[in-house]
Amino acid sequence: MPERRVAVGSKVGLHARPAAMFVQAAAKQPVKVTIAKAGGDPVDARSILSVLALDARGGDEVVLVAEGDGADEALDELAALVARDLDSEE
Amino acid sequence: MAESLSGIGVSPGVAAGPVAQMAPPPVVPTDATPSGDPDAENQAAMAAMKAVATSLEERAARAPGEAASVLAAQAMMAEDPTLASKVTDGVQAGKAAITAVVDAFEEFRAMLAAAGPYMAERVADLDDLRNRTIATLLGVPMPGVPDPGHPFVLVALDLAPADTATLDADRVRAIVTEEGGPTSHTAILAKSLGIPAVVTCHGATAIPEGETVLVDGTEGSVIVAPDEATVTEALDAEQRKLAALQAVSGPGRTSDGHPVQLLVNIAGDKDLAPAAAADSEGVGLFRTEFLFLDRPNAPTLEEQQAVYQRVFDAFAGRKVVVRTLDAGADKPLEFVTVPDEPNPALGVRGLRTSRRHPELLEEQLTAVANAAAASEAQVWVMAPMVSTTAEAAAFAEQVRGHGLSSGGVMVEVPAAAIRARHVAAVCDFMSIGTNDLSQYTYAADRMAGELADLLDAWQPALLDLVRMTAEAGKALGKPVGVCGEAASDPLLALVFVGLGITSLSMAPVSIPGVRAAVAGHTLAECRGLATLALDAEDGRDARNAVRAATRA
Repeated sequence: MPERRVAVGSKVGLHARPAAMFVQAAAKQPVKVTIAKAGGDPVDARSILSVLALDARGGDEVVLVAEGDGADEALDELAALVARDLDSEE
Repeated sequence: MAESLSGIGVSPGVAAGPVAQMAPPPVVPTDATPSGDPDAENQAAMAAMKAVATSLEERAARAPGEAASVLAAQAMMAEDPTLASKVTDGVQAGKAAITAVVDAFEEFRAMLAAAGPYMAERVADLDDLRNRTIATLLGVPMPGVPDPGHPFVLVALDLAPADTATLDADRVRAIVTEEGGPTSHTAILAKSLGIPAVVTCHGATAIPEGETVLVDGTEGSVIVAPDEATVTEALDAEQRKLAALQAVSGPGRTSDGHPVQLLVNIAGDKDLAPAAAADSEGVGLFRTEFLFLDRPNAPTLEEQQAVYQRVFDAFAGRKVVVRTLDAGADKPLEFVTVPDEPNPALGVRGLRTSRRHPELLEEQLTAVANAAAASEAQVWVMAPMVSTTAEAAAFAEQVRGHGLSSGGVMVEVPAAAIRARHVAAVCDFMSIGTNDLSQYTYAADRMAGELADLLDAWQPALLDLVRMTAEAGKALGKPVGVCGEAASDPLLALVFVGLGITSLSMAPVSIPGVRAAVAGHTLAECRGLATLALDAEDGRDARNAVRAATRA
């Protein structure tokens, strides 16, 4: 299954605004994407509560996994988003 | 028949309007029995969650700035697919809709709470969402701040920080709470928004929905079902009073010309524009906690510096007193606070956190110094919760070591006031935080509404500590300010001036009233009022004596 490993670029972590932006982007994808902290259980990337509960901090590595048509494109887009510092962008 | 209720006025002004009661959280029935039709249960649960999400989205669309993003984030939670599937799993397993909803929310609540104290606001959002969903399922009034669609007087048991985020200042004419105290969230919020407010008002939650009330946030009175003439008269009197206040402007002075600096308190750069526009001589308390709250790690040097720079630039040519990070007790921080302290108010908080994390203070001072060097503001820096002369000396030394001109301390711990002569000798200024100084002097938790009489800033023992601190400052030529909520009470401000206080810092909305009061008295008169207050038996007695003397 295609997967991407990426370090969280937002200093505040995948919380608050960065988490909301990530979940909104995941909901727009044609395939279901999961996100996990390295070694942790994967959760639905469209679930804001699950993403917040991951408690991924700035610099933590997360694993994104998807399957099916368009999986690679979806993962590329979401991985790029996670890598950015979303909180410092106005 | 008009009935009059009384409480403590915590935010000045007079307003009238129909009451909208804030409904209490719904009670979850413990005996909910499933209907035996899981599909119907599931449909009911999904419909309730959808209705809650839709209503939050509608409110987000109408809400201004910050409130809109809080509501939109909550709406996302209400539409969370994993939350929905947990509810569906629950009803399929034979639970009633309401039980499945409660259990699904509880599961996420536990996960978020486990992530640490900086997640507290999200947990509060989730609890609010849970209560809304349950209220919808049960068909009972929606909890949280009501939205009757017209201006109203908000009546509640008390307000939580989560309620206040969505409060629309244009709709809420006044706030009345049954509980809370002068230092509660309700009081601080109402003052910052300039909404008249009365707290600890017994009987308020029994006022019928829609009934007209006349609220006086200066006197602390609430008149239920007043006649029209009374309302018109009170609002006219308020207008005349405001006009009279605006007639006095410029730096604070007694009628015989003794200067008393009037400063504003700010807690971030969001309320910067109105605070900078206020007719003040600068900032007496710039709280910096907001930069550190609700996040898992400290802000960077650059991030801090940029915010300090914005504040200093807004107050170019004026004084800005920065208070270094005041974490701990009611403001826990993931990366600073010691978890599970048996008594956080007496624990590692304020300046004490720098014992464990000297690097945070060092970095904050560097950021302040960099921003100060690039600005026209006169930047002073002070530390919260200083207890000893040695702490004061070390802090002032550290501040000066960063090239900053003035390092001072907050006097919030009685020990610092008792040793004020020694403390004043080693630092550049002192600023009295009356809220914490009351709490520690009277051994009364500042959040305990029923101990409000002990936390009253008019209490003579507190005034004695203010006097000792002011006298020490005067003897050594060091300024001594008051930056607690107490400084915004025009009568008490006169007492502080009489005790020798050189600056008063408060919410911008309170400045005109204090300026007018000070301008109406000579320094000798203020000293006379201070003596009356010091000779009183308790806070109420002190206030009454001073009020009677100023009306004579």
